[in-house]
Amino acid sequence: MTNSSLLKGHAVMFEELFRYRDLLWMLTLRDIKIRYKQAVMGFLWALFMPAIAVLAGILVKTAISIVSGKALNVADALSISVKVLPWTFFISAIKFSVQSLVGNKDLVTKIYFPREVLPLSSIFACLFDFIIASIALTIILTIFRIGISIYILYIPLALVFLILLTIGLGLFLSSANLFYRDIKYVVEIIFTFGIFFTPVFYDADIFGKYKIFLLLNPIGSILETINSAVILHQMPDMFWFAYAGVFSTSVFIFGFFIFHKQEPLFAENI
Amino acid sequence: MNVIEFTNVWKKFKVGRKFNSLRDTIPKLFRGPGIKKGELKENEFWALQDVSFNVKKGDVVGIIGPNGAGKSTILKLLFKILAPNKGKISIDGNVSGLIEVTAGFHPELTGRENVYLNGTIIGMRKKEIDKKFDEIVEFSGIGEFIDTPVKRYSSGMFARLGFSVVAHMDPDILLVDEVLAVGDMAFQAKCSQKMRELLNSGATIVLVSHNLTLVQNLCKRVILLEKGSILKTGAPEEIIRDYQDIVYKKSEAELKKQLNVPDYKVQINKDTLVKILDVSFCDGEYKNKESFNIDEPISIQFGYDAKEIIENPTFSLDIIRADGVLCCSSNTKDNGYLIEQINNKGMIKIDLGNINLAPGIYLIKLSIWDKDMIHPYAIRKKDIFRIETAKFGNGATPVFLPEIEWGSLNKIEKGF
Repeated sequence: MTNSSLLKGHAVMFEELFRYRDLLWMLTLRDIKIRYKQAVMGFLWALFMPAIAVLAGILVKTAISIVSGKALNVADALSISVKVLPWTFFISAIKFSVQSLVGNKDLVTKIYFPREVLPLSSIFACLFDFIIASIALTIILTIFRIGISIYILYIPLALVFLILLTIGLGLFLSSANLFYRDIKYVVEIIFTFGIFFTPVFYDADIFGKYKIFLLLNPIGSILETINSAVILHQMPDMFWFAYAGVFSTSVFIFGFFIFHKQEPLFAENI
Repeated sequence: MNVIEFTNVWKKFKVGRKFNSLRDTIPKLFRGPGIKKGELKENEFWALQDVSFNVKKGDVVGIIGPNGAGKSTILKLLFKILAPNKGKISIDGNVSGLIEVTAGFHPELTGRENVYLNGTIIGMRKKEIDKKFDEIVEFSGIGEFIDTPVKRYSSGMFARLGFSVVAHMDPDILLVDEVLAVGDMAFQAKCSQKMRELLNSGATIVLVSHNLTLVQNLCKRVILLEKGSILKTGAPEEIIRDYQDIVYKKSEAELKKQLNVPDYKVQINKDTLVKILDVSFCDGEYKNKESFNIDEPISIQFGYDAKEIIENPTFSLDIIRADGVLCCSSNTKDNGYLIEQINNKGMIKIDLGNINLAPGIYLIKLSIWDKDMIHPYAIRKKDIFRIETAKFGNGATPVFLPEIEWGSLNKIEKGF
């Protein structure tokens, strides 16, 4: 395939995806409704997992403060919450999207529609939880008078990077899991321990010059950016922020490309 | 203008289920060179081979063929669910199918939510569904249950709602797989009404069905598939006849294979007292043949070879259709044909006359019994004859097609 026809193929793909935007909306709505319909906790569900994670983070941070002798302050606890929300969004969105094609086997084998909507709707449903939790967090931040700075303007862009990264990875992993069913387990193992390799409960800075290794993980650089802008009221590290942007966009393009290329093979390999 | 173009389409499938895992694939990457696109690996077969056809706008085309001929594969390719291995498919316009329509239903959601979900899955816009929503619910007959989760629906309600959504889409190309048999009589009447509306609206329709009556009545052109290739394309009458020939020959071959299994040959008596030999079929002019026209007289001849004298034997004949239906039976005792004794070799003739059996394959069972038909001496159940399809009747398969005269009784009607 020549370069121009490849581009044209992708233009057609996005055009089609746009035509099916109502379906994307309906499937997202379905995923949200099902999650909340028969749940005792209802909307509290969106806060449950982040709340547990924040508690775990505070415990870890307390342990660190005991060892280092520095007292734990409120800002530290809040910084954990600010990092935990994007992190839980990321892992739950990937977990749901990995399963999205295999879990909708009937649809994939029987009806034609752009298959991108399946992982995308799983991600958007998790985005809904993320928004609910973020609203709650904003209230908490206001109560603790954390204040606001001009750097908050970086947040929308940081979130766009996060979403691009999640979509790219979700598309890639969902199609990979269709062909190789053990991908799901690999992802689960990585996520179980991923929180230790990502600066969620701690700051990358405590590793000094070795912090590069934590920031090479784009989630790490995005979380650090968010923390700087929201809690520390500092200018985010522009190098690592740009790095996260380039990385996320590349993953996004790569994910779409692979997914689209494999799409015709889905029905017979599922 | 062609709305569907199949150009030299090839499609292969794997035999059996193969589970992929990374664990198996990574070592494979290091093994020998890959196999080229157009070749078959082991466990693969061609489901379609070099299939080309066109469908013009407004055409109603039928695709028929025995099981495994590749009909469903063509449908799935048209639906864009599958992609061909070689060749090109171009489709102009949006495609919809009256097929399995409840695939997108989620049990926890209400009927209303599922209508919207399923509607968008098959490519409708939300606005479009808003407009047609009342019509859809009305058509399905779900009524007040529309806001109940569909997990509480009966299977009939489920299918009706699913069909109603699909029926209210306005496709450029409609694919119909098998005839819908959902719901009660009233709902089916609604379905056929909808089908007729679609036909009259000038939509392009591709119909895949075993219901030959439907194919004959609706289609202008029929494609006959066998073993993944197009055998013939043409007018329905002609193609359907060819198709039936294939089907009959196939089931005849199967039947013969089945009968050659030794089990069937087991005789009741080990020291066979008497054997039935040389069964043959003749037409009215006593010419030997195995296939007959529907209006031809048929007679059966067979020989016997008795080692000892058998007093007052009874000969019996059963005619059994390929699907196991006993069509008629007769024996010498009830027929009043008394045989005093048989010894050594002899021949028996049975005249069936114009028996008017419907086209199909028939198996005959010949047996020799004692006087009171308590104990069989010999049974033979392996001879087959065939009634050809002289002309295509309706889809149902009756046992007999006797000549029946219809007339009117106007006088009596006036009397009432």
